[in-house]
Amino acid sequence: MIVQNNKIAQNHKSRIEKHHIEDFIGRSYMSFCVLLLIVAIISMVYFVMSKGVSTFVVDKVSISDFFFGTKWSPEGNNPSFGALPFIAGSFITTLLAALIASPLSICAALFMTEIVPGWGKKLLQPVIELLSGIPSVVYGFVGLSVIVPFLRDVFPGQGIGVAAGSIVLSVMILPTITSVAVDALSALPQNLKESSFALGATRWQTISGVIIPTTLPAILTGVVLGMARAFGEALAVQMVIGNAPFIPKSLFESASTLTSVITLGMGNTTMGSPQNNSLWSMALVLMLMTFLFVFIVRLLEKRRAI
Amino acid sequence: MRSRKSWFLALALTSVLALSACGNNGGNNSANGGNAGASSAPTETNSGAELSGSILASGSTALQPLVEQVAEKFMEQHAGLDIQVQGGGSGTGLTQVAEKQVDIGNSDVFAEEKLKDADAEKAKALVDHQVAVVAIAAVTNPAAGVDNLTKQQLVDIFTGKVTNWKEVGGADQKIQIINRPASSGTRATFEKFALGTKTEDLPGSIQEDSSGTVKKIVAETPGAIGYLALSYLDETVKTLKYDSVDPSVDNVISGKYPVWAYEHMYTNGEPTETVKAFLDYFLTDEVQNGDVTELGYIPASKMQVSRDVAGNVTNK
Repeated sequence: MIVQNNKIAQNHKSRIEKHHIEDFIGRSYMSFCVLLLIVAIISMVYFVMSKGVSTFVVDKVSISDFFFGTKWSPEGNNPSFGALPFIAGSFITTLLAALIASPLSICAALFMTEIVPGWGKKLLQPVIELLSGIPSVVYGFVGLSVIVPFLRDVFPGQGIGVAAGSIVLSVMILPTITSVAVDALSALPQNLKESSFALGATRWQTISGVIIPTTLPAILTGVVLGMARAFGEALAVQMVIGNAPFIPKSLFESASTLTSVITLGMGNTTMGSPQNNSLWSMALVLMLMTFLFVFIVRLLEKRRAI
Repeated sequence: MRSRKSWFLALALTSVLALSACGNNGGNNSANGGNAGASSAPTETNSGAELSGSILASGSTALQPLVEQVAEKFMEQHAGLDIQVQGGGSGTGLTQVAEKQVDIGNSDVFAEEKLKDADAEKAKALVDHQVAVVAIAAVTNPAAGVDNLTKQQLVDIFTGKVTNWKEVGGADQKIQIINRPASSGTRATFEKFALGTKTEDLPGSIQEDSSGTVKKIVAETPGAIGYLALSYLDETVKTLKYDSVDPSVDNVISGKYPVWAYEHMYTNGEPTETVKAFLDYFLTDEVQNGDVTELGYIPASKMQVSRDVAGNVTNK
């Protein structure tokens, strides 16, 4: 009896131990991963912050000169670090890209969920997913080979410029906006539409009066996510926008974005030089803008919950 | 089940080890520079004994293809040697070699031109090894209708004084400047030796970083002018004479054509034996007349003139 009891106790004890060990290993591995992630994020933010701030602290560039100055000539004898043309360029191309892509994406999403949910979705979904998998250098090259010559033939100017950049970007952010909009539209309760149809509304009236207003916050989340992607995209835009450090007077004139200036200059400048530091300041502006986009998305999500 | 769990654990442990190993490597590298080369030095003799260790080079993307190709060949001859070549740009190469993160920093320009003011001390510690020469020619869209420009005409174009090709004897067509970014080594060379002055970016000018893209845009844009290394030239763009001198390899070697620059491979202090053997290999006839010419560079050993940091040219 005693022996048997002992055995049971032993078995019981060892089972608990094994369970505890597994638990311990799982938990410590998970904690390690989370810790690594947190450390990585904090150190990245700290790195960009410290580098970006040194333009103002070490090189004594005044903050207003940087944000509102329009003259960018870091290599000159009397260097000036006005980043306004790039900030303006980033905002103009991002807004234009969102303006072009949003109606297209929303229509594509409506087509897939409301108009022809069957084969429409089967046909369009893979195509849209494919778009997000294409590397950005390919978009840049297509822009340079197709969009730029087209703009050059049809509009005044050389084709390279803000318009070309925005068009390339709009294609790149299409999948982001579309997939968020599709998710929102398919999550809509069926009875909402049915009640609308029951009241005698046509399909178009239902879409414009019921479906779009109800899902608007979710669709806007998609638009903001798309804008965040457009704001941070570097390579494709850099190839077609022209990169002249001036605020463009027309859509068909060469301009720069924050990302294009950073990618053009980072490798050619030495760490710690004023020019390199000013590029890090632009990276800081980009990072703060990303935070802002995330913040807006959060606000929109809150509205969606109600 | 059991084995899967241990796999998982092993994976986790290896990733932790790999991470810490990376950290250690980085630390060692930055602290001791080419330590690997130095520690293996005593076992070698100068009579071509087997080299071992590792060499890390980074920097200029213009020089990268040459260094990669030569490194492949050199590693074939010395099985124990591991050479890694990274790009990143001349500025990155100079920064990393000055901070001893890499053994060799590749650059299109003299270190003194990039490491200025507060960093000037860093440049003094670097030792220059010139392995090749790159010549740069002005190119236009074939429809522009010019085949020669004087220095003054080029300056007028790149400073925006002349805006139509008919003013310099070409077609009645607006000039479109395709430039390099202000920090680019190719642009620095072109401005220093073709224009003799730094230029500001003009409104409406186009800047591209890659030679392939510059060539594509010049070939397709009416009235475009840009500049390319000789290795990129072909019939899609019109290569211009400079002050009536044809930008040919022979004219560069003899010093008649002035728009060229050295490709530098910098070491921090005198190179270790392994690194020196690698750099010496670059200057052998095998590489200079083989890989260097093959990839469109001009052999540094053939140059009949030499040039210093200030741009003073002397006959060899």
